[in-house]
Amino acid sequence: MTTTLVNPKQIIAARVAKEMKDGDVVNLGIGLPTMVPNYLPESVNVILQSENGYVGLGPLEGDIDPDLVNAGGQPAGIIRGGAFFDSLFSFELIRGGHVDVTVLGGLEADAKGNLANWMVPGKMVPGMGGAMDLVTGARKVIVAMEHTAKNGSSKILEQCRLPLTGKGVVDLIVTELAVFRVTENGLVLEELQEGVDLETVKEKTEASFTVSPAIR
Amino acid sequence: MNKIISLEEVSSIFRNGMTIMAGGFMGVGTPQELVAAMLEANVKDITLIANDTAFVDAGIGPLIVNKRVKKVIASHIGTNPETGRQMISGEMEVELVPQGTLAERVRAGGSGLGGVLTPTGVGTIVEEGKEKITVDGREYLLEKPLRAEVALLKAYKADKAGNLIYHRSARNFNPLMALAADTVIVQVEQLVEVGEIDPDEVMTPGILVDKIYVQGGCQ
Repeated sequence: MTTTLVNPKQIIAARVAKEMKDGDVVNLGIGLPTMVPNYLPESVNVILQSENGYVGLGPLEGDIDPDLVNAGGQPAGIIRGGAFFDSLFSFELIRGGHVDVTVLGGLEADAKGNLANWMVPGKMVPGMGGAMDLVTGARKVIVAMEHTAKNGSSKILEQCRLPLTGKGVVDLIVTELAVFRVTENGLVLEELQEGVDLETVKEKTEASFTVSPAIR
Repeated sequence: MNKIISLEEVSSIFRNGMTIMAGGFMGVGTPQELVAAMLEANVKDITLIANDTAFVDAGIGPLIVNKRVKKVIASHIGTNPETGRQMISGEMEVELVPQGTLAERVRAGGSGLGGVLTPTGVGTIVEEGKEKITVDGREYLLEKPLRAEVALLKAYKADKAGNLIYHRSARNFNPLMALAADTVIVQVEQLVEVGEIDPDEVMTPGILVDKIYVQGGCQ
């Protein structure tokens, strides 16, 4: 794609898009993850699953149908060939390993593959919604988040401090600076985003990590 | 048996302290007029089971805002700030349940199961106080059934026997809840004669539906 990536969210979404394979069933969390389809190459078509009960989530086309919303409650569309179902079936798909990839935002992720993204005790308790089921059941869990919090502190930690969404569930962490793979031996830095050097990533990452031989 | 009822009759069904389930996802698929009838009934100390508490002015949100609810069991409360406020002040109890687990607990309640074993929530605060069972080397949480005295459903179309068809993503929790309550009341947009819905297209069979309210009050 020739689109210019101007902000961290676009950089992250564009990199996550490269993880998708043609035909994947994908569930995207609200916020940043919903930008991922904008960066898919034409040769890759994914089928989006919406936790509120359908596959074939698509852009809104034509009039708004008040009965058709995405997982964020916003008006949405359904592609030709899509299918609706109830919440039980929706989470059978999710927990049962029928969703190939889920992309979720994060407050914290750590070296053991733990993810925290559903509450900040005493401050923000929106609830986990479908996130705990998604990280448990999706075949591949990608955390798409900015590398540091607003105060500059690392969101990639040795150990999460916030209540977990899932334990040992994360496969890949994509930030505007780098891509980390979670392995049994901890984090492996797989890739530096364009124009980012290793020193910057080391400086801004609390968790220890090894560097893939692919990075020089 | 005539299942068609008026909004006044709906109002008369509610009692203080009841456990009520309501379909809907952020208000989509929530029977808004049945919720209004419940408000009208002036009941309090309700235990409410729903996916989310929607918004202050939509879905089941107004029941929270008007302080009719003693306890809510839901997967998400973030879009209705009043839920969080009442939870923090201690006015209302909130039990947060992962969405898939909530669906399974309602299913268990409606289908005669003693609970379900799910890996969701293992290693998180969701597992606190729950029995952990290992099956073939993997840990699961025993999640117990949920039932209600009344379920409030929203469907697109019903025939007079109560056979239901839902529309788009407004289906969500409605078909599950039809099995899990003593009295099942549905708000429908359209009512047709028995036989006008092809049996192959029925999403919830009428044997589960006790009362039908036709949206807008027309019959």
